[in-house]
Amino acid sequence: MLTLPPAPQPAPKRQVFVGTALVSAAATMLVGGMLAIWSQFRADAPFRESPRRGPIKDWMPKDIVVPEVAANMMLIAFFVVCVMAQWAVWSAKRNDRQHAGMALGMTLLMGLATLNAQLFIWSQMGVDVRGGAFNSMFYAITGVMTFLVIAGLVYTAVATFRYLGRGNSDVPTLSAHALYWYFLTAAFSAVWFVVYVQK
Amino acid sequence: MTSTETHHAAGAASSTDAPAIATWLTTADHKQVGRLFIGTGLVGLLGGLVLAVLVAFERIDAEGFQLLDSGSATQVLSAARLLLTFGAVAPLVMGLAVAIVPLQLGSRSIAFPRVAASGFWMWLTGLVLSVAAIIGNGGPSGGESEMVDLYLAASVVMVLGLALAALSIAVTGLTSRAPGMGLLRAPFFSWSSFVGSIALLMSLPVFIGTSVYLYVDHRYARAAFGGNFGVNNWVGWAISQPFTYVLAIPVLGFVLDAIPVLGRTRLAQRPAANVAVGLVSVAILASLTHRAVTLPWEGDGFFSGLGTKIADLLPFGLVNVIPLLGLLGVLGLTMLTLKSAKPMLAAPLPFAVLGLLMILLGAASHLLYTVEDAALGGTIFEAGSYVAVTFGTVLLAFGGLTYWGPKLWGRRIPDKAALPLALLGFVAAALGSLPYMIAGFADQPAGVVDGFAYSGPQELWNVVTTGAFALMLLVSLAFIGLAVRSFTAGEAAGDDPWDGTTLEWATSSPPPADNFSDLIVVGSEYPLADIKNSGKVG
Repeated sequence: MLTLPPAPQPAPKRQVFVGTALVSAAATMLVGGMLAIWSQFRADAPFRESPRRGPIKDWMPKDIVVPEVAANMMLIAFFVVCVMAQWAVWSAKRNDRQHAGMALGMTLLMGLATLNAQLFIWSQMGVDVRGGAFNSMFYAITGVMTFLVIAGLVYTAVATFRYLGRGNSDVPTLSAHALYWYFLTAAFSAVWFVVYVQK
Repeated sequence: MTSTETHHAAGAASSTDAPAIATWLTTADHKQVGRLFIGTGLVGLLGGLVLAVLVAFERIDAEGFQLLDSGSATQVLSAARLLLTFGAVAPLVMGLAVAIVPLQLGSRSIAFPRVAASGFWMWLTGLVLSVAAIIGNGGPSGGESEMVDLYLAASVVMVLGLALAALSIAVTGLTSRAPGMGLLRAPFFSWSSFVGSIALLMSLPVFIGTSVYLYVDHRYARAAFGGNFGVNNWVGWAISQPFTYVLAIPVLGFVLDAIPVLGRTRLAQRPAANVAVGLVSVAILASLTHRAVTLPWEGDGFFSGLGTKIADLLPFGLVNVIPLLGLLGVLGLTMLTLKSAKPMLAAPLPFAVLGLLMILLGAASHLLYTVEDAALGGTIFEAGSYVAVTFGTVLLAFGGLTYWGPKLWGRRIPDKAALPLALLGFVAAALGSLPYMIAGFADQPAGVVDGFAYSGPQELWNVVTTGAFALMLLVSLAFIGLAVRSFTAGEAAGDDPWDGTTLEWATSSPPPADNFSDLIVVGSEYPLADIKNSGKVG
């Protein structure tokens, strides 16, 4: 007897987007928790006299200088990545594969620029990881942030290949990918303020 | 052509002609991943209980004969808690959720099945390396520096694996429900697994971030976190109350699902049950504080310094009282449901009621522990609360296995054999926790196994606890033996052995690779009851 195949499963409701949103929320807790511990250590540090600013928290060693231009450029690059990732979504929704592809390429490029900026900051600061609490915690928090950025770059590469292979049927993945970069930008904004500005 | 994870692809992975071992290693079938979690969780439970017996035995003669020196005793204590919490309770609960939630939701697979499978392997790798590090003189307070580093790195891998499994469960709850099944219409085990998974996703990353700090600091600087002795100060919250309630949240849904089915009735006040389960998840706030939130009441009149007292009460109430209210709500609704029912005396029933009572005892005692006027801080009272919650959760997981065993293995554990184990397990849990609570009032210190003395029958409490842990070990061994025998050569269970009302009972036992052959449209909270009433089955 001929039997019909089973009924098709209804399309999952934006599974990749929901998954990315939850991962972003979890990663927010990761970065937020680390920043909270950083802030606690900073708050517990004693005061020392600064020739320029009077009494300041004795948290960051005196001989370390933050390359603020590089840190600021890194922040700006994150915002540019968001614009590019959203441009890819906008173009894909309008079936404009050429611009979507270009936007994804720009996303990857600017994402790499943020990575480059982080490497530059590490080399310029020359922090000795064995030098004390600030030093080890600086590498821990910026290292985690870098890991999250590398995950974002992999996500961009995968989203690009999927989009190029599937076309407009994969717009939800591009939206999810853009959401992850929004999260990264928000997370780095917090890291930038607490670690590089407030020090 | 690109490939992607689809429901059919996930199911197909389990039905290839590959050797059995390769199938187990590469499976993306959620039922098989769930069984992997459960099987290894049961092994972890035995390991944790053996160590717990050893530690309890060491406490009997605090100033005389000792098997372990003070340093290794601390490590064995840490290993016991690690194995019981992350090696037994977490995988048992996760395994049930991974295997059962998609079936309850009418879905053909879990969301991101390969993520769930890789979560299992990461968890297992991390757990094995953590235990290996402790054996190699690492872990909290360990003396071998590289092994302490290994422990910290491995615990990150272990917890990341659990977080990945939780991600799959949470996304399944949000995106893969059958048509017509709103989130609040989902069966309670699915609802509580969803709530528990979200709670884990929000709290486990805090553990990971703290562990990364600890690892980098311990490996390179040892300037900030107290080195090897600081490990438990910073991440010890993950193996104590109230975080242990978070791991128990999914199995609260087993109580709320099984009791009405076994009582042949409907759950009283269904929305209240949803709220009660949600209230327990507030316990994750403990992960944000990194330590117990206590109430410095100071014994003064209530109205002096009222502002300070309210400021102290707010976090205390959030972290300690609200989860307890949630647990009380679950118990109250269970009792209300049973009041008007004539339940069948099946094994899941005592496991559900007695396990819930133990968790409630643990939560209530923890509330007392955190009131500073009770002067229980630093005493072994905390271990009593921990044992109550952990053993209670294990009892609920055993209940879940007896209830959903037919869906996992196609066979059923006989009630006659399982019922005494539920009662003995309850006795072991009660006798393993209450004497520690009494000893806590007598100021027996926590975290040590020797060098203490206090007035009162100090040996009695520790002898009773040792015996109780040994009894729990025997109960667990007997349950595992019974389960293996029943699930391999026992009586076939049939598709719907409990006359259930939710969708997992609408498919065969065990279910096929894709779970359901037909698409089921849900019209109420009891979709299978609706189908039965419409006369389409049975």
